[in-house]
Amino acid sequence: MTARAGRTRGSRAARLRLLHAALAAPAALLLAALFAYPLLDLLRLSLEHGSLAHYEAVFSGGLYVRVLWNTARIAVIVTVACAVLGYPLAHFLATAPRGWALFGLLCVVLPFWTSLLVRTYAWMVLLGNNGVVNKLLLAAGIVAEPLPLMHNELGVVVGMVHVLLPYFVFPVYAVMLRVDRDLMAAAEGLGAPLWQVVRRIYLPLTLPGVVAGGTLVFILALGFFITPALLGGGKVMMIALLIDQQVAQMLNWGLASALCMVLVAAILVFHAALKRIARSRAA
Amino acid sequence: MSARRRRRRGARRTAALALYAWCGLVLLFLLLPLVVVFPISFSDSAYLQFPPPRYSLRWYHEFLADPNWTDAAWRSVKVACVAAVVATVLGTLLAFSLVRGDYPGKGLIEQFAMAPIALPSIVYSVGAYKLFSAFQLVGSWQGIAVAHAVHALPLVVLVVGSSLRTIDVATEMAAQGLGASWFTAVRRITLPQIRPALVSAAFIAFISSFDELVIAMFLGGVNVTLPKKMFDSILFEIDPTIAAVSVLQIALVVVVMLIVGRFGAGLRPAS
Repeated sequence: MTARAGRTRGSRAARLRLLHAALAAPAALLLAALFAYPLLDLLRLSLEHGSLAHYEAVFSGGLYVRVLWNTARIAVIVTVACAVLGYPLAHFLATAPRGWALFGLLCVVLPFWTSLLVRTYAWMVLLGNNGVVNKLLLAAGIVAEPLPLMHNELGVVVGMVHVLLPYFVFPVYAVMLRVDRDLMAAAEGLGAPLWQVVRRIYLPLTLPGVVAGGTLVFILALGFFITPALLGGGKVMMIALLIDQQVAQMLNWGLASALCMVLVAAILVFHAALKRIARSRAA
Repeated sequence: MSARRRRRRGARRTAALALYAWCGLVLLFLLLPLVVVFPISFSDSAYLQFPPPRYSLRWYHEFLADPNWTDAAWRSVKVACVAAVVATVLGTLLAFSLVRGDYPGKGLIEQFAMAPIALPSIVYSVGAYKLFSAFQLVGSWQGIAVAHAVHALPLVVLVVGSSLRTIDVATEMAAQGLGASWFTAVRRITLPQIRPALVSAAFIAFISSFDELVIAMFLGGVNVTLPKKMFDSILFEIDPTIAAVSVLQIALVVVVMLIVGRFGAGLRPAS
């Protein structure tokens, strides 16, 4: 190889590297201007006049702390409900005969892609005082008067679980597909009862999926707006509703941006925790 | 011994039955809301009655005849198309850069590009509202489209990036070795190979914008999009028009899923 050929090849590689880096520029600029800048602006607003007054207002007022607490509690309930409903379903999708598994996947994917507003509206049709569920219960004589199924926390939780369940099922399903079935067969062959096989082998092997799906559901649940706004009927307060209220009605930008930052901080903490768990498992 | 085995087989069968029953209930829970809007959308009654007393197309007429609804729908289509194009073009360039590139700060840019997924849209909306109002962009559909493009960008990068990783870079190199320019090599060799991913990414970006409420609510002002109109109508005047709109939206999603299933990648493994 001559020195000249080596140089042109070298400069060509350098040009290609530069080109590849340049391809990121348009998207990076868009993100910097319309994503990073607004967030930093919120951070600045929340620290107005270099003081922590807005954060003190968030954490000292009993009302706001109650909303934060309420948000965390609902997110935990929703996450647990998604796990209880989703874990067996993911197992079914991963192990059922092909036709059934495809049908099941379709049943998860179709609602996943359906508009959130459509689904929330549908739950209002189902859960209202004159709703389908109450009509059926009344007709069957199970209850004497309509049960309060929405405009309360129950309705919000039902709607949120419906929206978030696919986010739990997909990662767990992906992990379950990779589990070696022979391990369970071996354990059973050696005399372990079914519940032991599940508890000692299947659950630990699929735990990474559960942790990933659960964290995703929990993080998404913290920021929910539409479902609590409609199914809560103004009676269930979550942090996203509070932010909206502070901006749209109170024009209290300082407090709203402090609340935004608290929400972002909570998400960052859980995200970091998830990464740490994933890394310690890989090690 | 054989009694024990029989007992175990019985236990297995009970467990399997319990599993199937449970999954049947969960699938019912997932599908019920989608199914229930159909009969209501064809109802003849002005109230929410179930089952409907008589069937008609009244609420579909209502939707198509009301400029408030059709304007909102048309605005949403425009916003979603622009958002999908912007997100797909910029996201594909970025995915290319992240998968093929080798430069300092790449990992940082990748994390930065994924961040909009994890950020709650309420937080993004408040921040964007502040910025957009400084430039008097609140109330313009173009503003919503650009914000939606930011929101959809990570989805495009994920879909296109994972497709780029599966194809062999050697074909692109070979074309260049045979004298093709980089641009020609990418256009003739690489892009055709990732076309299914590009189709999927564009549709995912379209749907994510078309369904988005919170950003559009903050940035839209009086110019409401379809989700905002639905939100208002659920809050203030709950009539079956919204059920008709819902059925049309579910139909749209099914059509998009069929198109993506036929031409795209991601919903099922590309064969």
